[in-house]
Amino acid sequence: MSLALDDTTPTPNQAEAARLFTICNACRYCEGLCAVFPAMERHRVFEPGTVDHLANLCHNCGACYYDCQYAPPHPFQVNVPANLTAVRHESYARHVWPGPVRGLFARNGLWITLLAAFSVAGFIGGFVAWHDPTVLFGVHVGEGAFYRLMPHNGMVALFGGVFLFALLAMGLSVRAFWLATGAQERIGAGAFWQAMQDALRLRYLDGGGAGCMNESDTPDDRRRLYHHLTFYGFLLCFASTSLGTVYHYGFGWQAPYAWSSPVVILGTLGGIGLLTGPVGLAIAKLRRDPALRSDAAADMDMAFLVMLFLTSLTGLLLLVLRATPAMGPLLAIHLGVVFALFVALPYSKFVHGLYRFAALVRHAAENRAAG
Amino acid sequence: MHYDVVIAGGGNAALCAAIEAQQQGARVVVLEAAPPPMRGGNSRHVRNVRIAHDAAMGTLTGPYPAAEFLEDLMRVTDGITDPVLADLTITRSAELWDFFESHGVRFQPSLGGTLSLGRTNAFFLGGGKALVNALYRKAAQLGVDIYTETEVTGLDIDNGFFCGAHVRRNGSSGLVRGRTFIAAAGGFEANLDWLTEAWGDAARNFLIRGTPYNRGAVLWLLLNKGVQTVGDPKQCHAVAIDGRAPKFDGGIVTRLDCVPFGIVVNEAGDRFYDEGEDFWPKRYAIWGRLVAAQPNQIGHVLIDAKSLDLFMPSVFPPECADSIEELAVKIGLPPDKLRATVDAFNAACAPGDFDHTVHDGCRTHGLTPEKTHWARPLDTPPYYGYTLRPGITFTYLGVKVTPEARMVMADGTPAANMFAAGEIMAGNVLGKGYIAGIGMTIGSVFGRQAGEGAAHVART
Repeated sequence: MSLALDDTTPTPNQAEAARLFTICNACRYCEGLCAVFPAMERHRVFEPGTVDHLANLCHNCGACYYDCQYAPPHPFQVNVPANLTAVRHESYARHVWPGPVRGLFARNGLWITLLAAFSVAGFIGGFVAWHDPTVLFGVHVGEGAFYRLMPHNGMVALFGGVFLFALLAMGLSVRAFWLATGAQERIGAGAFWQAMQDALRLRYLDGGGAGCMNESDTPDDRRRLYHHLTFYGFLLCFASTSLGTVYHYGFGWQAPYAWSSPVVILGTLGGIGLLTGPVGLAIAKLRRDPALRSDAAADMDMAFLVMLFLTSLTGLLLLVLRATPAMGPLLAIHLGVVFALFVALPYSKFVHGLYRFAALVRHAAENRAAG
Repeated sequence: MHYDVVIAGGGNAALCAAIEAQQQGARVVVLEAAPPPMRGGNSRHVRNVRIAHDAAMGTLTGPYPAAEFLEDLMRVTDGITDPVLADLTITRSAELWDFFESHGVRFQPSLGGTLSLGRTNAFFLGGGKALVNALYRKAAQLGVDIYTETEVTGLDIDNGFFCGAHVRRNGSSGLVRGRTFIAAAGGFEANLDWLTEAWGDAARNFLIRGTPYNRGAVLWLLLNKGVQTVGDPKQCHAVAIDGRAPKFDGGIVTRLDCVPFGIVVNEAGDRFYDEGEDFWPKRYAIWGRLVAAQPNQIGHVLIDAKSLDLFMPSVFPPECADSIEELAVKIGLPPDKLRATVDAFNAACAPGDFDHTVHDGCRTHGLTPEKTHWARPLDTPPYYGYTLRPGITFTYLGVKVTPEARMVMADGTPAANMFAAGEIMAGNVLGKGYIAGIGMTIGSVFGRQAGEGAAHVART
C-alpha cells in the first residue's frame, strides 16, 4: 500500500477519485442517490482531504455504479464505489494514531488473527498458571463464579485499560481525520443531531430509496438489515456489560446473573444480533459483484466480521454452558477474543463508523451553512 | 421461435412497447444490438422526461398544462409537427409518471444547474441508465425474451407485411419470425458514412454524443422496403461540445456552457458569431452548426479568470496560461493574430453592469461580428481555452406513422403489422429543433402505443 505521508500529494487512488469526481460533477445524474454527490458539487477541485471526506461519506450502496452511463466498458471507466472503498481503506491508515502503526491496516486479517490466537492462548495459559486444572475444569456456580478463575479487579484493570487506550487512539485518529479534511463550519448541536439520525438509520445505504445494490442492479435492503443487526447487537452487548458494571459496583451483585436478569437479556439479544448480522454481511460480501470490490479493504472487513461473530458465539456458549466443566476454558476463550477485539478496535474496520459519523457531521454542517 | 411481437432495438421506446405488449398477453422478443453494459441506445444518456400535468406532483414543482406543453412544442418546431400526433403525445404524456413508477423507475428533484426544468420535466433517479436497468428488469420479470448483442440485418417484408427479421448474434445468423414488428432502433447519427452524405467530409470530424450503436440499420432497411419517410434527411441536432470528447458516447459531461462568457475564434484566430446573442440554453443548438462551418470543424472559446466559476464545471480541464500569446501557442493558434482579435474585442467592449442572469448591457460597439450581451474585456489572467467541435445528438429522418404508431407505406396506406416508436419516428412530432425531455416523451408514448397496437394485431 502506498501512502502519502503529507496531506497535499494525492495517492493514486485519491488522484483517481479526483478524476471521477470531475466527471460526476459535470454529469450530476446521481445527485439524488446519497450524500456524496451533493457534497461533491460544493467543490471544483478535489484535494486529498476533500477526497477522504467524500470517501468516508460514501456508504458503499453500489447504486451509482449500476446507474452510471460512464461505467466500464465506457472509455471514462467510472466506478465510484470501488474507488472510494479503496480511498476509505487508505484513509484509516493515513489518519491513524499513533502514525507508526499504520502498517497494521495493510495486513489487517493476518495480524488480527495472530492477536486473537495469542490472546486466547494467553488467557488459557494464565488460568492454568494461576490455578490447578481442577479449578479450570471444575464446575462453578453461584455469585462470583467467574471470578474464581480471574479476579474481578484483574478483569477491570485489564479490560478497562485496553478500552481506555482504544478510546484515546480512536479519538486522536478521528481528530486527525477531521483536521485533514478541512473543518471550517462551526458544528452546532443541530448538525450533530442530524448526523446521529442519518447514522442510526443508515439513511444513505438505500441508493436513494430503492435499496442498495450488491450482486447486480437489482436493489434490495438486506445489507442495511444485516448492518442494523450487527450495530444494534453490538450496542446491546455494550449496554449489557455497562449494566453489569453498575450492578457490580452500585449494588454489589456479582455475575453470573440469572437468565431473567436484564444484563443477560440484553446480552443475549445483542449476541443474537452479533451472530446473524456479521454472517449476513459476510455472505453479502462474498456475493458482491466483483466490479464493486476493493481487494485491499476486503481482508480488513472480513477480519472484523469474524471477530464480532466469535465474540458473540463464545459469549453465548459461555452463557449456555456456564454451569458445566466447559465454563473455565470457554471463559478463557471468550475473554481472549474480547481482549483481542478491543486491542484491535482502533486498527480495525470498527473505525469506519467513527470516520463515517465525522463525515456525516461535516455534511450536515455544510447543508446547514448552505441553508 | 414464433413471436407475437418482434421488437428491433432495446432503448426506452422498445422496452415501453415490450412491457405494454407482454402485459396484454403477447409473446414478445426484444432484439438489442449492444452488449449488456451498453444496452439501451441513447436512453442510457437521458436525464428526464417532459410530461404534462395540471398540478405540482412528486418532484414536479408546479403545473404544466397540456396547452403550455403544446405551445412550447410549436415554438421550437416552428409548427413543423403532425398536430394529431403532437396532441396524442402531450395528452398521453400525463400517464407517464405513473407508468414509470409502477415499473420500478424512480424520480429525483431537478439537478443542480437545471432549475428551469423542475416544473416541466421529471428527472430519473440515477439518470437514463437507471431507467433502462429498471425497464429491463420489469420486462424480464414479465417474461419478455431479451437478446442483447443481436443485430437485425434484414427484414422479410412482403408488400408491406412483416414476416420475420434476420438477425446476427455471436457470429451466427438466424431468422426471428413474428406476427408483428416494432421498429424502435433509433436514428443513424452514429453512422458517419450516412452523415457524410448530408454534410460532406466535414461530418468525419463530428463527434457523436450518444451510443455508437445507432447506425440506422433498421431505418435503412425500412426505407428500402417502401416505408414513407418523415423529417429532413439532411438535418441533425448538433451542438458545440468539448473537442476533446471521445468520438462516441461522451454524453452530458462533454457540454461546454462558457460560450456567452468569452469569445469564440476559429483556427485562424478570427471570431465568427455573436457569442452573447441569447442565453446559452436557447443558443447552444446553433453553435454545432456554426463550428461545423469553420475550417476543420474546430472552434476555441477563450475566457479569463473572471468567468471561470460562472458555468457548470466541464469534464476536461481548460488550457490555461498567463498571457493570450502563451495560450495561443498551447492551443495551436497564431499568437499575434489571437492577440489582435482579443485587443480589438477588448477595445470594443463598452462599460456596463455585467449580469449573466439577464440580457445585460455589456456589449461591443463597432465590431464584426458584435457581441451583444455579457461582453467583458479579456484582461484578467490566467486565461483559459476550451476546444469546440460539433457534437451530434440525433437525426431527424424517420418513418412516418399513424396515431396507433403504425408505419405508413409510400402509397399512404398504414402497414398491416408494422409499428415504430422512439427516435426512428420522432421526426413526426419533432420536425425541427429540440426541447429538453421531448425525445423521452415521444419514445414512451409511442412505445406504449406500438406495444398496445402490435399486441392487438397479433391477437386478431
